[in-house]
Order: sequence, then structure tokens, then C-alpha cells
Amino acid sequence: MIAWLAIALLVLPLLGILLSAPWPQLPGLLLAPETLQALGLSLGTGAISTLLCLILGVPLAVIMARSVAWSVLPRRLLRAAVTIPLVLPPVVGGLALLLLLGRSGILGRYLAQLGITLPFTTGAVVIAQTFVAMPFLVFAVEGALRGADRRVELAAASLGASPFRVFRTVTIPLVAPGIAAGAVLCFARALGEFGATITFAGSYPGITRTLPIASYLASQTNLNQSIALALVLLAVSVVVLLSLRDRWLPGVRG
Amino acid sequence: MSDLRALDPPGLAVDVTVLRGEFVVTAAFEVLAGRPLALVGPNGAGKTTVLNALAGHVEAERGSIQLGRRELVGLAPEERRVGVVFQDFLLFPHLSVIDNVAYGIRMHGARRSVARVAALPWLERFELGTLAARYPHELSGGQAQRVALARALAAEPDVLLLDEPMAALDVEIRDEVRSQLAGHLRDFAGPTVIVTHSAADVTALAADVLVLERGTVTQRGAWDGLMAAPATPYVARLVQRRDE
Repeated sequence: MIAWLAIALLVLPLLGILLSAPWPQLPGLLLAPETLQALGLSLGTGAISTLLCLILGVPLAVIMARSVAWSVLPRRLLRAAVTIPLVLPPVVGGLALLLLLGRSGILGRYLAQLGITLPFTTGAVVIAQTFVAMPFLVFAVEGALRGADRRVELAAASLGASPFRVFRTVTIPLVAPGIAAGAVLCFARALGEFGATITFAGSYPGITRTLPIASYLASQTNLNQSIALALVLLAVSVVVLLSLRDRWLPGVRG
Repeated sequence: MSDLRALDPPGLAVDVTVLRGEFVVTAAFEVLAGRPLALVGPNGAGKTTVLNALAGHVEAERGSIQLGRRELVGLAPEERRVGVVFQDFLLFPHLSVIDNVAYGIRMHGARRSVARVAALPWLERFELGTLAARYPHELSGGQAQRVALARALAAEPDVLLLDEPMAALDVEIRDEVRSQLAGHLRDFAGPTVIVTHSAADVTALAADVLVLERGTVTQRGAWDGLMAAPATPYVARLVQRRDE
């Protein structure tokens, strides 16, 4: 019974969006320039963030998987560091990024001297999304690494493969399903990112106004426009979820 | 030991101490090319630990592993040219049979296409020609063992190690697979070490025997010598159960 209540809580709000959608006006709302602009920006920044998460996150996941051999304290510190974006309110994350990389920030002032300003640029959107999405990739890949039989790496070494070639030709293919799952989750999280983005990157149309921000702003003035944008986000999320097969999730390997 | 170094192909002279936690394994022995050595002993005696030290998968605490004039201690596994057939074969699950066999050739510098061509004679020799495109999960135990052996030999190792080569196979096929394996081992020119606890493996595959119990060598020699004068209760039980 309680489980049904939980399902209702998860599903009914989405149903609400579908039921209150202004279906007749929808094509016009969806094809509006500001909608397409926000969608393009969201998909573009989401893709770049996912790529950054892959480049930075896979090596981190390897170290996390190997950290079982470490002593307790450094292992827990590492795990805590990776978990921070999951438990931190995104607005706090955005504020922290602003304090670090803002024009008078700890690192930002040096970047400013080099002529680089990050806050309130599309780059800031990407950084905010990468920050919040990274744990999804790291944990998915780490799970896959722990689940895989790492002894085949020894077999590869005995056949003459250097550590780097073992990683490239054996480790990566072994955990490819975990990497794919992590990338999909990462992309979904980046797409929905709101709090850190609006704090660190603001809301400039075409530059930093992603779909969730556009949808929120519209909800203050034009509810139908807001619902149309929300439907786009919902549709993208459903596509992402459907592409996430069971076999990609750690522990359910086919 | 000096004559061992001058041999061609070179022999293997081992004198190592390996730590596994609190457990200390000490073994000194020589393996001549063409005289496969069986490393036998009860479970937990340290057989696989010695094998792992030879392959470089665990580092020897001290001692030396000399292959001819070459010292293997301190070298990474990929620098040793020591081929290993693992107990559960550890084939690459994401690679086809031909790419498993070609892997070592590729790692020694050949392009993938060239390595595949170079792998073909090995597939033929191990009757794997029709299985080239299969993946490891589609193979029977006997087939997987042949792929594992072909993969190890195709990398042209100087030394061949086999860890319980029959253990993962069904009992009904062991005799046949074992006699085939004996033939392939005769074709390999370098020193060979076979870890086993089966008397049948020893008599079919090995020329010499080294008995390891609780981390130390308790007896060594030819099988007939062990039969004539077993040094420990374990050896006495081993030589009586040769039909197992």
C-alpha cells in the first residue's frame, strides 16, 4: 500500500504535466525561437559536460576501485569528495564555483589577469553541469570495475601488454557497459541542472539560459510556455531512461 | 647452475621467498627445457604463489629467477616473456577466439590485421580454425583450454606456466584433453612448470616433480623416485591415487 503511495508520488506529478499541457498550442510553443534556443543550448552543454565527465571521471573511477587497498581514512575522504555534489544543494555548489572561479574568486582573479572570465558564460554552464553530474559517472564506472574479473588484466600483462595497453585494450572494454550507463545518467543529470547553473552562470538567453531555467522563468509569466518547455525536458528524460538498459546497470550484467 | 645458463633454449633456475601475508613460501628448483616440472602439493601449500612469482604477478620478497643469463626478479610481467595458462583460462570475454590468440602478437608490436594472420597457424595447430569468430562464452571447457594455450604460445614465451590445467574441465573429457596437452607441451621448446594436485597430470605431463607443503619443498625428483620412497604422508597418498 505504502509502495503504491510512493509510485503515485513519483508518477502523478508527471501525469499532471501531461494533463494540463496546452496540446493545441503546443507546436507553436515548441517551435518558438526561445524554446529551440534553450533546447539547443541544453543539448550542447549537456553533451560537452558528459564528455568532460568521461575524460575526468573514468580515471577517477579506476582510482576509487583500487582504493579498497588503502587505509580507511584516505579511502573515506576520497569517497566523500566524490559524493559532495550528490548531497550538496546545487545552489551551494554554484555559489562555491562562483567564489572559486568568479572574477575576484580564489582562482578566478588569476584567470582574470590572463583575460579569462568564466562566470555567466556558456563555459560556466558546462562547469556547473560537470560538477553536479560527475558522481553519476564515477559511481557507475567504479561499480562496473568492481564487478569485473580484474585477473584478465594479469593475463594481458603476461602476454606483453604494458599497463596503459592493458587499460585500453582490456579494462575499458570490460567496463564499457558501466561507462555507457554512467554517461547516460550523467547526461540526464546535466540536462536537468538548474541551481548551480543559475547561481554560477545566470540566465542569459542563448548563452546560459538552459531548458530548466527557461521553463522556470516562463512559469512566472506564461504557464503554457513553461509547461511546453517542461514537456521537452520530460521527453528527453524518457528517451534517456529508455536507452538505459538493465544490462548497463552494475550488478545486472547480461 | 652455470651449465644451465649456457643451455639453448635456456633453463630456469629459481630460488625465491615469497610472502603472502603471514605465510612464507620458499622454493628453490631448476627446470630444464624439454623436461616439464610438476609443482604438486596440498591446497594452500603455496604452489600458485610460486607460479605467480615466476609470472611477476606477485613480487618475490627475495631471491632470484634466472632464465639462462636473464634475471626475471624485478621485471614487470609484460617484460618477462613468461606465458601463463590460468586455471579458469581468463580468456578476454570481449574478444573473439582469433583476437584472443592474436593478442600477444599485437602487444609485441604487430597491427591487428597482421596479428590475426599470424594467429592463423596457431588456430590450425590447436584445431580452433572453425571457432575463430566465436567468443569465449560460446566455448566448451576443452575448447577454452586450447584457446588459452594457443594464446599463451602465440606470444612466443621463453617459459610456459600452467596452473591446474585440468581443474576447470569436466571429468569425462580430462583424459583426452590431457593427452592432447601432453603433445602440445612436447612441442614447446622452453622450460615448463605445471601446478597440479593430480597424479594423472604428473605422470602424463611432467618429467620431474617438486612437492611443496606448507610453503617448503618436501621432496623432488622423478615420479618413480617418489613412488619408491615417498618422503611425507602427503606424497605417499599422492602416488597411490594415480588413477584419480
